[in-house]
Parts: sequence; structure tokens; C-alpha cells
Amino acid sequence: MDERNLLEITDLTVEYRTDDTVVRAVNGVNLAVKKGETLGVVGETGAGKTTIARAILRILPNPQAKVCGGRMFFGGQDIMRISEKDMRKIRGNRIAMIFQDPMTALNPIERVGDQIAETIGLHNRILRADAQRRAVDMLETVGIPGERYGEYPHQFSGGMKQRVVIAMACACKPELLLADEPTTALDVTIQAQVLEMMQSLKKRLDTSIILITHDLGVVANVCDAVAVIYAGEIVEYGAAEDIFDRAAHPYTRGLFNSLPRLKSAERRLKPIGGLMPDPSNLPEGCKFGARCPLARDICRAENPGARAAGAGHLVKCFFAGGER
Amino acid sequence: MPALLEVRDLKKYFKTGGGILHAVDGISFALEEGKTLGVVGESGCGKSTLGRTILHLLEATDGRILFEGEDVTTPSRARLHALRRKTQIIFQDPFSSLNPRMSVSAAIMEPLVIHSGLSRDDMRSETRKLMDTVGLAERYANAYPHELDGGCRQRIGIARALALNPKFIVCDEPVSALDVSIQAQVLNLLLDLQEERKLTYIFVTHDLSVVKYISDEIMVMYLGRMVEKAPSDELFENTLHPYTKALLSAIPEPDIHCRQERVQIRGEITSPINPAPGCRFMARCPHASEVCAEPQKSEEYSQNHSVSCCKCGELNKRKEELIR
Repeated sequence: MDERNLLEITDLTVEYRTDDTVVRAVNGVNLAVKKGETLGVVGETGAGKTTIARAILRILPNPQAKVCGGRMFFGGQDIMRISEKDMRKIRGNRIAMIFQDPMTALNPIERVGDQIAETIGLHNRILRADAQRRAVDMLETVGIPGERYGEYPHQFSGGMKQRVVIAMACACKPELLLADEPTTALDVTIQAQVLEMMQSLKKRLDTSIILITHDLGVVANVCDAVAVIYAGEIVEYGAAEDIFDRAAHPYTRGLFNSLPRLKSAERRLKPIGGLMPDPSNLPEGCKFGARCPLARDICRAENPGARAAGAGHLVKCFFAGGER
Repeated sequence: MPALLEVRDLKKYFKTGGGILHAVDGISFALEEGKTLGVVGESGCGKSTLGRTILHLLEATDGRILFEGEDVTTPSRARLHALRRKTQIIFQDPFSSLNPRMSVSAAIMEPLVIHSGLSRDDMRSETRKLMDTVGLAERYANAYPHELDGGCRQRIGIARALALNPKFIVCDEPVSALDVSIQAQVLNLLLDLQEERKLTYIFVTHDLSVVKYISDEIMVMYLGRMVEKAPSDELFENTLHPYTKALLSAIPEPDIHCRQERVQIRGEITSPINPAPGCRFMARCPHASEVCAEPQKSEEYSQNHSVSCCKCGELNKRKEELIR
């Protein structure tokens, strides 16, 4: 394991099992997050983004989901093998998560301040009053007046609730923050405020972030490295410059072409044809083969595996970098 | 050429416990046949209410609606029935807008059963044609909505709206529930249909890049009021209203090289219940002063470009001088 990596995931595989089907949600994912880095994980609905985040925290639905393989090192510790008791010390403390939907992430019948203080009290041996004082500080850090400590979630707007969720996640100054679509439910002007706040919080606490999103615009604004995920596999992985300037995988390029841009006079978008494959019945070869304009026989027969398209720039495609 | 649809000073108020909620407050515009008017704004600005009031899904509180030159503000039952054939809507959420117990073909055939008077066989062949038009494979004819993904479901919604060959369709956030690659497919479909059938659209969305791509003219709304209206390109090249500017700058561009200049606006949308008579954006506007508390008039700044901001002239002149 590389010393600079805070989190290193190798060959993670997760399946969801029901009586008659096996859904292969995550297939051999390799990821690494350096200290202080923001990694964007981009993909469409059902690509397996949230499953990865939940697997890191070991909060996958039990017993349907099963981690079938892989290793995960966090700060040198193998967090897949440690006991649940040790994991509880990490969860919410050294690794915290911001959930997508602030409306359901908060307890509706508990005061928001107490919900933050609870996290602090759980991981620190401090007095209740001190935990409350720190919760007030946390609220102010995310731009909510401390007087609102005693209010309930329904008294907050969507943007404010998301700030509370962020305050809760950052309350123990985590080393790694898993942000699962933190701004998807918010309006753009509020999204801009929340992203800005997350950035400044990250700088202050020196936190690494895994930002899960489907929005390439958000990624461009905040991420240092990007992993593009499709049907449970990382199809392209590299520094932000690699992905935005030198996108090599046909899926990544297809995503960019599908986006309506403010700064273009294009009158027709170029969508990716077809649909994502059924995760309970994934094709043999390249998962993107059926929708890919470059696909040939070899793509249907073999999984291309990750290839280097440049230093630190990995692409899962036989014809990566082919004509646009 | 006379407008297909004209709306004059349309108002829709709702009574609530706390007072009168001004959802749509004096909107006027005219829309020519074959054109698209994009209506943008954040959640709660009244854009969906506007679309629904025009279609009489909600009853207007005040104002007039003219369709094909005829006043249809308070139509008789028979008149409304006839009007439904010409004016249709595509709903936002393809998950809740379809009857889960109706098969795809039954859902698409429903408008024909109500309105067309065709024989059963003719309706079936018409349904097949419609499915073909919107790109739904025939094998889905007997499937139920829960078996389909969002993109396919939205196509059912589009087929239903097209079934009676309407002249005018309100598209209420038709792509916001879809992934980008699917969103591009559906947007292209809507544009193709418009070309083929000379359809007129009102396209309601919160996504400025989508609205730019699809509209001829754009209206920006804030708390029930129109703040700015201009032809699509003009609005983006020559943005005048402080709210539009803030909205535009808040959109994260999928490009890592353009460092966006952010016009941060503070705070959140204020309450639409019993609003003050002045500018609705005043509380968040960086340029607000006492004059903004006076009622704002919509004025033509240049040809076809109207703005409701009393400081617009002053603010934008200063910019022009700076450029000189």
C-alpha cells in the first residue's frame, strides 16, 4: 500500500442476492484517495456509486448485499477484516458520510443540535454540555445561527437541512468524508452555496472527500481526481485534467456529448444510444460494448481490463483514445 | 402572425393557513405556433403552476388566456373537452404520473378511447404508430410501468400527450428525473417531434442549460413573477437582471479551465405568502436599495428583451461604460 493513500480499495466486488437473481452491483473496483484529495465518483443511476460508499462504511443492507471480494485499507488498517466494534469507532468519527436526501437523513422528532451533539458524544469522552457547545460551533461553521440548535428538521429548508447533515458528518473532524450526491436535491443557487461551504470546510479540517455525483459540472468545480463508473466497473480513472481534457473511454466521451452546455451553440445533442445493461444479467465482455460506437468482436468476448492511457490515467477499453 | 397562445396578467393564488400564497402573480406573454418558450426558475417560483393554470388543470385566479385567438379563461365543459385535444402536458415524474395497473398500450390508448371515436382496431394500430414514433419497442406493449426504466416511462408520457395530435404541449420538467445520456435522447425526440408536427411547447425546467438548448425564447421566474424574458441567445449573451446573472453563474460548468466568476447570492428564497409589493428578489439582491420596495414594472430594455428591475438601466449602463 502506498503511504500517501488514506484509503485504498482493491478489487472490491459487491453483489445483491434475492431468491432468484444475483445483481452484480460492484465488479472489481480499485480506488485510492490521497490525503486532502477530493475524488469524484461519477456515473448514472444504478452504476454502483452508492454501493461503494456503503461498502466502505460497512453499512450495506444485510443480508441482501454481500461483499464477495477485495480489500480495503484505511490509514493502514484493513477495514474489511476488523471487528464490528472497531469499525464503530471509525464510522461517523474518522470516516463520515453525507447522505443524498437531507429530508430523510435527519430524525424528524429530535432537535437538530442534539443530533449533532449525539455524534460528538458518541466518539468523545466529554461532558454533555461540551458536546452541545461543539454542536453549536459546528452549526455556525456551516452557516446556521447557533440559536437554531433547538429547532426541528421540519423548520429548516432543504438547503439548511443539508447544512445540518454536513455539520453532523464533520462534527468529529473526519479524515475521510463520503458525500453521496450532497447537492442533488438542492436548487442551483443553494447548491453553489453548499459546495463553496464544503470546500472551505475541507481546507480547514484537511479532510479527504469522495464525492459521489452524476453531475460533471459539480465534479469539474471541486474534484482533483475522477473515477467514471459504469455498470459497477470503473471505466476511466485519472486526474481531473485527464478526464476533462483527455477523456479516452467512449462512455466518458458519450457523457460529455450528452450534456447540454451553456457555452455552446449546438442545436442537437449526441446522446449515447441504448440503455445500461441489466445488472442481474451483465454481458461477458466490455459492459459498455452494446452501446459503444467503437465496439468490435473482441469487445463482446473479453473484458478489456484497465490500461494506462497516460501517467495515472487508466482506461478500460481496447480502443481507448481512438477517433472521437 | 397571430399568437397561438396568449396569456395576459395571469394570476394564480392559493389560500393557505398563513395567508394568500401568490404562486403566479401577473404573468403575460404570447407564443407563436411552432415555437418553444422555456420557463426557468428554482423550486417554488411558480413555473409548474403557470403551466398547469394555462391548461386549466388549475383554475386561474385572475387574468386571461387566449388560445388560437379565442378567450378560454373560463371555458364551458364542452369547450374544455375540445380544448384538451389540442393542449396537452408531459409530466415531470414518469414514476408517479402513470397508472401502475395499466399496461403500456392501454395507457397510450386511453386518450384515444376518450376522444377519438375510432374503432378498436384503428386505436390499436394508432397506438402502435405512437409507440414507434416515441421509440418504444413493440415488445413493451403489454408491459407495466414498473418493468420499465425512467427513460421508457417518460416516452409513454410523451406518447400519451401526442396521441390526439395536439398543437400545444406543456412539458413540465420532462427530463429532470432522467440520467444525462437518457435525457439527451428524450430532448432530441422532443425536438424531432416539434419539427415534424409543428408543435408549440412551453418547456418548464430548473435547468438553464437544457432550456437554452431547447427554447426559442426564455422567461425567468422568481416567486411568481417574471424577472426577465428574452430570445434564448440574447438572454445568455446579454443577461440583465441580477437574479438571472446569479442563476447563470451558479451553474457548475463541466469544464475545469473556465474559472467561473460567481455572483454569490445570500440566503434563500423568501416566502410567497403575502409577499411585499416590491421586487421579490430584493432580500437576496446585492444591488437592492429603497427604490426596490416599489412595485416593479416589466420594461423592454431592447427589442423583445424585457426585464423587471428598476435598477437594470443603471446597473448595465455602468458595465457598458466600464467596457468603454
